[in-house]
Amino acid sequence: MIAIIKYNAGNTCSVQNALKRLGYETLITDDEEELQNAEKVIFPGVGEASTAMSYLKERGIDQVILNLKQPVLGICLGLQLMCEHSEEGDVACLGIFKNNVCKFPNTEIVPHMGWNNFEEVKGTLFKGIEVNNDVYFVHNYYADLSDETTGVCNYITPFSAALEKDNFYATQFHPEKSADIGEKILKNFLDL
Amino acid sequence: MLKKRIIPCLDIQNGRTVKGVNFVGIRDAGDPIDLAKRYVLEGADELVFLDITATIENRDTLVSLVERIAREIDIPFTVGGGINSVEDVSRIITAGADKVSVNSSAVRRPELIREIADEFGSQCVTVAIDTQKSKEGWKVFTHGGRKETKLMTIDWAKKAEELGAGEILLTSMNNDGTKEGFALEITEKVSDRVNLPVIASGGAGFEKDFEILFKTTKATAGLAASIFHNNEIHIQDLKKYLKTKQIPVRCR
Repeated sequence: MIAIIKYNAGNTCSVQNALKRLGYETLITDDEEELQNAEKVIFPGVGEASTAMSYLKERGIDQVILNLKQPVLGICLGLQLMCEHSEEGDVACLGIFKNNVCKFPNTEIVPHMGWNNFEEVKGTLFKGIEVNNDVYFVHNYYADLSDETTGVCNYITPFSAALEKDNFYATQFHPEKSADIGEKILKNFLDL
Repeated sequence: MLKKRIIPCLDIQNGRTVKGVNFVGIRDAGDPIDLAKRYVLEGADELVFLDITATIENRDTLVSLVERIAREIDIPFTVGGGINSVEDVSRIITAGADKVSVNSSAVRRPELIREIADEFGSQCVTVAIDTQKSKEGWKVFTHGGRKETKLMTIDWAKKAEELGAGEILLTSMNNDGTKEGFALEITEKVSDRVNLPVIASGGAGFEKDFEILFKTTKATAGLAASIFHNNEIHIQDLKKYLKTKQIPVRCR
């Protein structure tokens, strides 16, 4: 069973629909035991970082996520919450990845909205994916680069399109909304 | 590089796709799900569904249509028409839409934009502006283009940005249905003045119209309906064409 973390910042049904198209049953839950017992866990999210972080903390979901041993995939806000700190609401995040989340300068067109290719891809999630493949992004904040960056995208500045560390994976883009390319990336995660 | 988006728009009435010309004269254009799937295969970058009836009786029909679309479509889509409150947005987003578009209701009560942005994030809110050129300049119209307001288009776009809009969908009523090309003047002005993605709509008849749009304005997307529905322009061919003109587009 694939668990999707239930909290106040979700586009959980998009992720659920995408997994269903791939033939996977999902469980949307915030129950500690159900999350621990899941084969894999997906941590989606759209919304505001500091509100989402305080929601996770109040319910102890932050500790549950940190202690997960199975493959975990953060998506969009999920990626940002797995980083060290976010400028959105100036909030300390889960600190799984050492990256910091910064705001795009509003002198340019923001949000970064639409299909964008990569500057660089490596690692498990990107098996069979090339730098000229496009995936769908929509975000106002971005995670900077570190040695945990496995996908680099360039919009205004180069930033982390994907991160990977131990059993934790994350994408800034929405694989569940990125047609055939997104499906491949989701499958790479599900095949882990 | 961020790609320019090509967006087919499906006008929905009682769960069917319809197309009008110059905001009047409606005729049936098929099943929305069939069309939507065809567009995804052709390489559409996003889809917009506008419920042009948007009566309370039709809400449940629309919500169940949105659920069906979300199950079958793996690209982002926006739903608009008759969205008046955060509760309306919640039903549409919960059903699986990625964004909602607000028009008349936001003109009537601009705070709605902020309320939606606060609740669901600004990336969720597309502000649709129907505009027509008058003696005083480009003005905002509501109620499917039937009602003239006092608002000037550029001012309203700026205001929408301040209130937390994530995107502007700008439709020129002068150009809509004419196949004479997009309204470049107002699209350029709006896309210059706001730092939001702007979708240009109304008037596309030929591949070249999209090329001119992307070469002369900062619009990040071009939207059209009947030329796609009637197979006058195939999205895949359009993208191939744009690529030869050095316009960044996503090709499947």
